[in-house]
Amino acid sequence: MSLYDQLRHFADSYGLVALLILFLGLCLWVFRPGAKQQNQEAARSIFKDEETGERQDGK
Amino acid sequence: MQAEAALGRVGLWLLVMVLSVVMAATAADSGMAAHATIIGIIAFVMVWVTAARFDPLGKTQGFFKMPEGPSRYDDDPIRWGVLATMMWALVGLLAGVFIASQLAFPQLNIEPYFNFGRVRPLHTSAVIFAFGGNILIASSFYVVQRTCRAQLAFPALARFVFWGYQLFIVLAASGYLFGVTQSREYAEPEWYVDLWLTIVWVAYLIVFVGTLARRTEPHIYVANWFYLSFIITIAMLHIVNNLAVPVAWNGSLSFSAFAGVQDALTQWWYGHNAVAFFLTVPFLAMMYYFVPKQAERPVYSYRLSIIHFWSLIFLYIWAGPHHLHYTALPDWAQTLGMVFSVILWMPSWGGMINGLMTLNGAWDKVRTDPIIRMMVMAMAFYGMATFEGPMLSIKAVNSLSHYTDWTVGHVHSGALGWNGLISFAAVYFLVPRLWKRERMYSLRMINWHFWLATLGIVFYAASMWVAGITQGLMWREYGPDGYLVNSFAETVAALHELYIIRALGGVMYLSGAIIMGYNVWMTISGKLREEKPMGAMPAYDPEKDRPIAGSASPEPAE
Repeated sequence: MSLYDQLRHFADSYGLVALLILFLGLCLWVFRPGAKQQNQEAARSIFKDEETGERQDGK
Repeated sequence: MQAEAALGRVGLWLLVMVLSVVMAATAADSGMAAHATIIGIIAFVMVWVTAARFDPLGKTQGFFKMPEGPSRYDDDPIRWGVLATMMWALVGLLAGVFIASQLAFPQLNIEPYFNFGRVRPLHTSAVIFAFGGNILIASSFYVVQRTCRAQLAFPALARFVFWGYQLFIVLAASGYLFGVTQSREYAEPEWYVDLWLTIVWVAYLIVFVGTLARRTEPHIYVANWFYLSFIITIAMLHIVNNLAVPVAWNGSLSFSAFAGVQDALTQWWYGHNAVAFFLTVPFLAMMYYFVPKQAERPVYSYRLSIIHFWSLIFLYIWAGPHHLHYTALPDWAQTLGMVFSVILWMPSWGGMINGLMTLNGAWDKVRTDPIIRMMVMAMAFYGMATFEGPMLSIKAVNSLSHYTDWTVGHVHSGALGWNGLISFAAVYFLVPRLWKRERMYSLRMINWHFWLATLGIVFYAASMWVAGITQGLMWREYGPDGYLVNSFAETVAALHELYIIRALGGVMYLSGAIIMGYNVWMTISGKLREEKPMGAMPAYDPEKDRPIAGSASPEPAE
C-alpha cells in the first residue's frame, strides 16, 4: 500500500473519529456544571475598563 | 536617541539602500528591478529620517515613539492602523469603481498598466489585505490590550508589523501594475513578497501571543480566540499555498510546487479559507467585542459564541472544493466540499443570531445610534451571505451560477455588507477613543454613510443576481438542432445595462466612504458638528392629546 493510501485510510477512520470526538468534547465542555457563572463573568469582563487608557487598579 | 544607535541605524538603512541598488542593477526582469528601486527609495528616505531624528537630548518624538509607561495602553500603532485603513479603503474602493466601469465601458482599459487584468487583483488585494488587513491588525491590537488589561508586548516588533505590512501592500500593489504576478487567486504576489509577508506575519503572531501571555485577566475573552485562529491559520495557508521555486534568485518569476488538479485544490483550499479565516473569523472577533461595547450590554450567549468558534474551526477548512465543481477534481472531494459548505450554514447563523440578540432590550439604539445601525446591517449581510454561500455550493445550483456574475454579487454582498460595514463601524467606534474626542464630528454623516453604503450594496447585489442568472441561462441554452443558441459575445452584450447599475452601486458605496474620510478627518482635528440629535422623539404636548370637541352628537347622513 502506498503512503497516500495509508494516510488516506488513517484520515477516514481514526483521524475522522478523533476529530469528531474532539469537536463534540469542545462543544459539550461549555455545558459542564459551573460553566454558566464563568461564562457570564467572561461576557461582562469587557465592561470593567472605560477606555481611559489607564488600568483601573493603578498598576 | 544615542549617537551610536543613530549611527548604527543610518548605517543599516544605507546598507539596505546599497543592496537594493545592486539588486535593481542586476535584476533578471523589469518587475524585480522596479521593486528593488522602491525598496531603495524607502531606505534612502529612512537614512534621512533617522539622521534627522538624531536628538542628543534623547527626546524621541515622532513615528517610532514608544509607549509612555506600563500604565498606558500602547495605542500608536492602532492610530496609524486606523488611518491606513481609511486610506486603503478609499484606494481599494476607487480601484473597484474603476474596473466596474471598465466592464461597462471597455475603452477605459488603459494599456498596459491599467487594463482590467492588472487592476482587478489590485482592487481585490487593496480591499481584502490593505483595508481589511489593516483594520484587523489595528483592532486586534486594540481588543487584545483591553480584554487582557495588559500593554502590547514587544512594542518595537508591533511597529515593525505595521510598517512591514504596509511595505507588503506597496510591493503587492505595484507588482500587479508592473505585471509581476503568480496568478493565484488572492495570493498574486511573487515569492520574495510572500517571504517578506511570512516574516511580518510571524512577528504579528509573536506580538499577539506575547500580549495574551502578559494578561492580567484570568480568562481570554472569546474575541481573542477568533483573532488568534486567524493569525495561525493564515500563516499555515499562506506558506503552503505559496510553495514555489523561483527561476532565479534575482528574478521575480517562480513556479508552483504543485501541478494540475493538486495545484487547483491547493489554491482553493487557500482561497476559500482566506474567505473563512481572513474575511469571516477575525471580523467575527470584531463583532464579539465592538457590538457589545457599542450596545453597552454583554453578548447574548457567551456559550453560543464558543460553540460558534469551534464549529467554524472544524468545518470551514473542508469547504474549499466547492470552488471546483464539475472539474478534474474527484467527485467525492467535490461532494465533501459541498456537504461541509451546507453544514456551515448552521454555525454561521448561530453566530449572526448571537450578535443580533445582543441588542435585545436595546433595539431603540438602532433608531438613535447610527453606529449600531451599521453593525446590525453588517450582521444582517453576514446572515445573507452565509445563506447564499451554502446554496451556491450545491452542485445543481452551482452548475447554473458558477463562472457567472452571481458569484461576484455574492462575494460583494459579503464583502461590502459584512466586512465593509463592520469595519466602518469599528473605525467609528475607535476614532473618538483613540484621539480622546467626545464623539465623532458628525453622527448624521455616519447616517448618510450608512444609507449610501446600504443602497449601493442593494444596487450592486441586485444587478449581479440578474446578470448572473441571465449569463447562466444564456450559456446553457440549446436550440432544437442541438447547438448552443448564444455566442459568448452576445451574453456579454446582454449585461451592459446591468454593469452600469453595478458601477453606480460602487460609486454610492465609495461616496459613503469619502463622507467617512471627511468625518474622521474633522474628528481627529478636534471639531464637533452642531446638529440635531438622531431619532429624537417630538415633545409631548398634553393640550393636543384630546378629542376634537366640535359637534356633541354625530350628524346623520343625508
